[in-house]
Amino acid sequence: MSQSATAVVAHSKETFGFWLYLMTDCLVFATLFATFAVLRSATAGGVTGADIFSLPFVLTETMVLLASSFAVGMAVVAANANKRRPMLRWLAATGLLGAVFLGMELWEFTVLYQEGHIWTKSAFLSSYFGLVGTHGLHILTGLIWLAALMGHALKHDLSNRAKQRILYFSLFWHFLDVIWICIFTVVYLMGVV
Amino acid sequence: MNLLASILGDRMSWDYFWHGWVQFGGQAATIGGALAVVAGLTYFKKWGYIWREWLTSLDAKKIGVMYTVVAVVMLLRGFGDAVMMRLQQMLASGDSKGFLDAEHFQQVFTAHGTIMIFFVAMGLMFGLINLVLPLMLGARDVAFPLLNSISFYLYLAGFVLVNLSLVYGEFGAVGWLAYPPLSELQFSPGPGVDYWLWSIQIAGIGSTLSAINFIVTILRMRCKGMTLMRMPVFAWSIFATMILTLAAFPMLTGSLFMLSLDRMMGMHYFTSELGGNAMMYINLIWAWGHPEVYILVLPAFGIYSEVVATFARKKLFGYTSMVWALMAIALFSYLVWAHHFFTMGAGGNVNAFFGIMTMIIAIPTGVKVFNWLFTLYKGRIRFDAPMWWFVAFVTTFLIGGATGVMLAVPAIDFQVHNSLFLVAHFHNTIIGGVVFGYFAGLTYWFPKIFGFKLHERLGKLAASLWIAGFFMAFIPIYILGFLGATRRLEKFDPSYGWQPLFIASAIGTAVIGLAVATQLVQLGYSIWKRKQLQDKTGDPWNGRTLEWSVPSPAPEYNFARLPVVHSRDAWWHAKQGQANIYEGAYRDFELPKNTGTGVAIGIAATIFGFAAIWHLWWLCVVAVTMVVWVLVRRMMNEDTEVLVTAAQARKLDATRKAAA
Ligand code: HEM
Ligand SMILES: [Cu+2]
Repeated sequence: MSQSATAVVAHSKETFGFWLYLMTDCLVFATLFATFAVLRSATAGGVTGADIFSLPFVLTETMVLLASSFAVGMAVVAANANKRRPMLRWLAATGLLGAVFLGMELWEFTVLYQEGHIWTKSAFLSSYFGLVGTHGLHILTGLIWLAALMGHALKHDLSNRAKQRILYFSLFWHFLDVIWICIFTVVYLMGVV
Repeated sequence: MNLLASILGDRMSWDYFWHGWVQFGGQAATIGGALAVVAGLTYFKKWGYIWREWLTSLDAKKIGVMYTVVAVVMLLRGFGDAVMMRLQQMLASGDSKGFLDAEHFQQVFTAHGTIMIFFVAMGLMFGLINLVLPLMLGARDVAFPLLNSISFYLYLAGFVLVNLSLVYGEFGAVGWLAYPPLSELQFSPGPGVDYWLWSIQIAGIGSTLSAINFIVTILRMRCKGMTLMRMPVFAWSIFATMILTLAAFPMLTGSLFMLSLDRMMGMHYFTSELGGNAMMYINLIWAWGHPEVYILVLPAFGIYSEVVATFARKKLFGYTSMVWALMAIALFSYLVWAHHFFTMGAGGNVNAFFGIMTMIIAIPTGVKVFNWLFTLYKGRIRFDAPMWWFVAFVTTFLIGGATGVMLAVPAIDFQVHNSLFLVAHFHNTIIGGVVFGYFAGLTYWFPKIFGFKLHERLGKLAASLWIAGFFMAFIPIYILGFLGATRRLEKFDPSYGWQPLFIASAIGTAVIGLAVATQLVQLGYSIWKRKQLQDKTGDPWNGRTLEWSVPSPAPEYNFARLPVVHSRDAWWHAKQGQANIYEGAYRDFELPKNTGTGVAIGIAATIFGFAAIWHLWWLCVVAVTMVVWVLVRRMMNEDTEVLVTAAQARKLDATRKAAA
């Protein structure tokens, strides 16, 4: 096998492995979702979702995250076309939008905290903060990963390896988008309706 | 002083160093053991060797050996716990309270169960997979060698934490699955449950990563010509097992995560107040837990399949039905979890469903047993030591399976739920099915890894002692369960007159102790006599699958030339002259370079676990930063492989063959 053929095989293995990883992470979320579904009405006489969620705010959050997903898609396209500068710009946009999303989520949490609706108050609030917070932690992890990728890309030319890594990152980022859509639907929409 | 207090948090205290003399024994043994290893390595100047040849190695076989060593150490500790419990229940009668108080007894059975499942059975399983799977598939390595090393070090981090709990702190006193609300902060305020939680959380993440690795290995790394239906049944069993692991362990991760949020942040997922729902945890943990028991036993089934075919010198009977049975068991194992709590009150229909599902699993399992027996039928059977373990398995597992079907009947389960009958049942299947299977596998593949066989007669003696000891130890426990003895109690009312049965069981445990001692002697003696026991041919048992086609010990690169197979049992057919599996030219290949990345991640994970247990939040941040730093550094490193050229491969092959 020639060097590049070996590389292709390695890439296909890694992509497959990365998909499997995403499946496992999906199951972790599934566990959190299932528990949320069981506990959503266990408000212990306290607030319900309808009392505390603001749909316009969350919809904006969702749009920001979707935009960031779009940006990472463009970054992959740029990377595949060997355009390093545009790629870096799209990655920066991804990171920026991701950070805005995370900031908005923290803002939402802070407001709830100040109003006294904290995770120790009821099983519903625990499962809400647990589920949404876990997604937020994933976003944070993604931002750190993104920073490392960008740091690397700033200093080095675009190798095949680097392109693959950006592809894996984009898979991760889209995955978090999908999870967020589920959160938006199950937690917020169904919570308010 | 204030500074120190804020660094050490409010949980740590000197009191956790001293609990009493019995516990002191555990502390002394752990510290003594660790010091002995360190001193030995220093005295014999072996640090460099250990670091270069083992700790940083990405060779799956070496990782497999390390898993096995750790698992055996844990087996000894888990067995020590068992002995303590058996002695306690034997002694505590009438005025005598025995030597363990209730709290300590609870810690001991929690530690015993946790250790045996997560660190012995899982460790031996991953050890064996690493030792033989790539060889069997005709591959040079697993799909992701570095990830493999990281998995091992996460397992090792869990091991360190479990043993650390013996030295500083305490262990959970909540049973091996830590049911809430008992395991919540309100009822278990100390660090014990957290030791339990973080040690298996970290090791469990390692298991998930391993599952990814082995699934990709099986689907993408098989040699040319090895279609799925030509894979050895052991490989199939690992495939089924790893799918189970992939789909089950994330649920464990999620459940433990929620429990830890309850305990660390005062949440109410599973508490008994403010809407928390403990049964949710119990459902989730068994949705992982039942697949888990099949995760443990399916590889053992795979091992028996290889052993039986080899020693019957016949091809395995009913290969296709074996594969389907494995897959059916894997699927059904997701549909039975509620049989662990028929008494929850879910109602007759739910219980009937789960009861019937459970009984259905017995069918594919029975298919497998019959297939093994038909393989033996008219075979020219050789009774080498691995076969003794197989016989030990068939005789014991049969009973374990039968009592399992009994427990699957909800009406019976209501009577014996949480009794010693259950304890006897699962030891019956786990020891008879899993442990004997892994012993068979270790005996069988030992020469392939080390180049010499284990001493045969001592192996047979050990197997015999295990069978005898097993029945002596657990038949009384079955009887006690029927009489109504509840599990997890350190003391029973003497008026029941159960003491003789506990004495009988303790004697059986002593016989198991002899068996374990025999195994250690066997290992030592075999190393001493390794010249006589040397495996010169690479194929000491007249095997059928690819691992026996390379010299023993198997070289680091497994195959100088990758094999090409045309049938099942390819090596057997090659030996019959029906096909050639090594043909064509030698080619260049790459091997992964050693790296300390896994070690570093393991250290960071240990620090993280320790910090989370003792609520040292700043240290958690340090540990996470460490992980990020290590991973980023690894990402920057482009130089991770060495090239072996075709000419070198040919030369290596020639020297190996000449040496044999
Ligand atoms: C070597 C011989 C062994 C002996 C004598 C032994 C003995 C015991 C005893 C006395 C208990 C406590 C029973 C009670 O609740 O009163 C126990 C529990 C348990 N054992 Fe073993 N055991 C052995 C091997 C194993 C092995 C190999 C495994 C698994 C791989 C295992 C897994 C467990 C588990 C999961 C529990 C339940 C712990 C709990 O109640 O939370 N044991 N064993
Ligand atoms: Cu079960």
